[in-house]
Amino acid sequence: MGGSLSQAAALEFRGVSYRIGGNLVLDNLNLRIESGRTLVLLGRSGSGKTTALKMLNGLLFPSSGDVLVEDRATTSWDLIELRRSIGYVIQEVGLFPHFTIGENVALVPRLKGWPPDRIAARVAELLEQVGLEPAKFLDRYPRQLSGGQRQRVGVARALAAEPKLLLFDEPFGALDPVTRVELQDQFLALRDRLHKTSIFVTHDVREALRLGTEIALLCRGRLEVLTTPDEFVRSNGPEACAFMATL
Amino acid sequence: MPPYLLQEMTQLTFEHIVLVLVSMAIAAAAGLPLGVLLTRRTALRTPLLGFANVMQTIPSLALFGFLIPIPFIGGIGKRTAIVALVLYALLPILRNTLAGILGVDAAVRESAIAMGMTGRQLLWEVELPLAAPTILAGVRIATVTTIGTATIAAAIGAGGLGVFIFRGIASVDTTQILAGAIPAALLALLSDGGFSWIERRVSTA
Repeated sequence: MGGSLSQAAALEFRGVSYRIGGNLVLDNLNLRIESGRTLVLLGRSGSGKTTALKMLNGLLFPSSGDVLVEDRATTSWDLIELRRSIGYVIQEVGLFPHFTIGENVALVPRLKGWPPDRIAARVAELLEQVGLEPAKFLDRYPRQLSGGQRQRVGVARALAAEPKLLLFDEPFGALDPVTRVELQDQFLALRDRLHKTSIFVTHDVREALRLGTEIALLCRGRLEVLTTPDEFVRSNGPEACAFMATL
Repeated sequence: MPPYLLQEMTQLTFEHIVLVLVSMAIAAAAGLPLGVLLTRRTALRTPLLGFANVMQTIPSLALFGFLIPIPFIGGIGKRTAIVALVLYALLPILRNTLAGILGVDAAVRESAIAMGMTGRQLLWEVELPLAAPTILAGVRIATVTTIGTATIAAAIGAGGLGVFIFRGIASVDTTQILAGAIPAALLALLSDGGFSWIERRVSTA
């Protein structure tokens, strides 16, 4: 049972395949991410990148192979415990519309049973960090916020319970280009300050080069390249070239 | 209006309300959990909704008639009427509970699971509050319909305002017909108004 993530949340995909219907969504994926790194999973729609991401917090499980978080297969983790120690940000944000901004950010700390005064302090601190004035936003509802503000709340919510691992599923994909760059900058600032292991799914090569310490390029469920951004620019695989051509 | 009529009207209105309240309490107590169950067990949807649908489709007088010869739940009187009214009220509650919960934004549900909510927390903190307006709308429809259908229950000796209506028709006495029809209509309007007030409160929350 239990056991939360230690500071070093290393991740590994070991021979992971995922089949749904007759489709092979992931095909023998092997990949290891050391703690504190930011891995970008880059690929087209349907390349399997979101599927891979959702295996890390046990929303999906491999048809064969193992996904390891801290050297333990997700199938042997207490899932509730695992998920509460992982921050998760998705494109649709998924804030609870009937909760205030404060309640949304406080969710995981509350589920983990933090004392109320510690939660309140944490929520205020986080809203500040993502650039939302607590006094102004705490009691508002998600529908009263702009898309960019909502996604900032989404990031604050993911960070709330001090997770060691952060998962991002095209979090900035629905935002206008200016807001998107602002949030990318904020992501980089947080990355350099918090040193959390992060997995970031995107189909935007520019975003991948900007945010990743490593880039894994997926093509039809297979890992084509795993490399640093600097190396990625020079790689000459067909899919990598196709992505570089979009720049 | 003669005083004896007013006295009987009060009594029958009370009977009517009790009939509706008891039926609705049972229908809600069964329909809400069953509706939640249907969101979790896809295989049960077709048979259960089908059953509720058939019950709803049988004309009310015929349903009362069908129930009379059935042992334990049948016979003449209030019990049979309540069984029929519950069967009637089931469909809107069941269907709206299912629709309300399935209507919760997939991203919100996925977030709730990914944040580490347990199944119970997901249901009570996310699904039910967000489905509440739809579920309430189902209870509202069921209640208003039950108030109407309950007037027919008098045909099998269950009492209620239908007693006036049937007696008035049999004796060609408009006063008695109206003494049953007007309070029944008022009850329906009042409960509809009450629910619409509650719905407004819930949806702004």
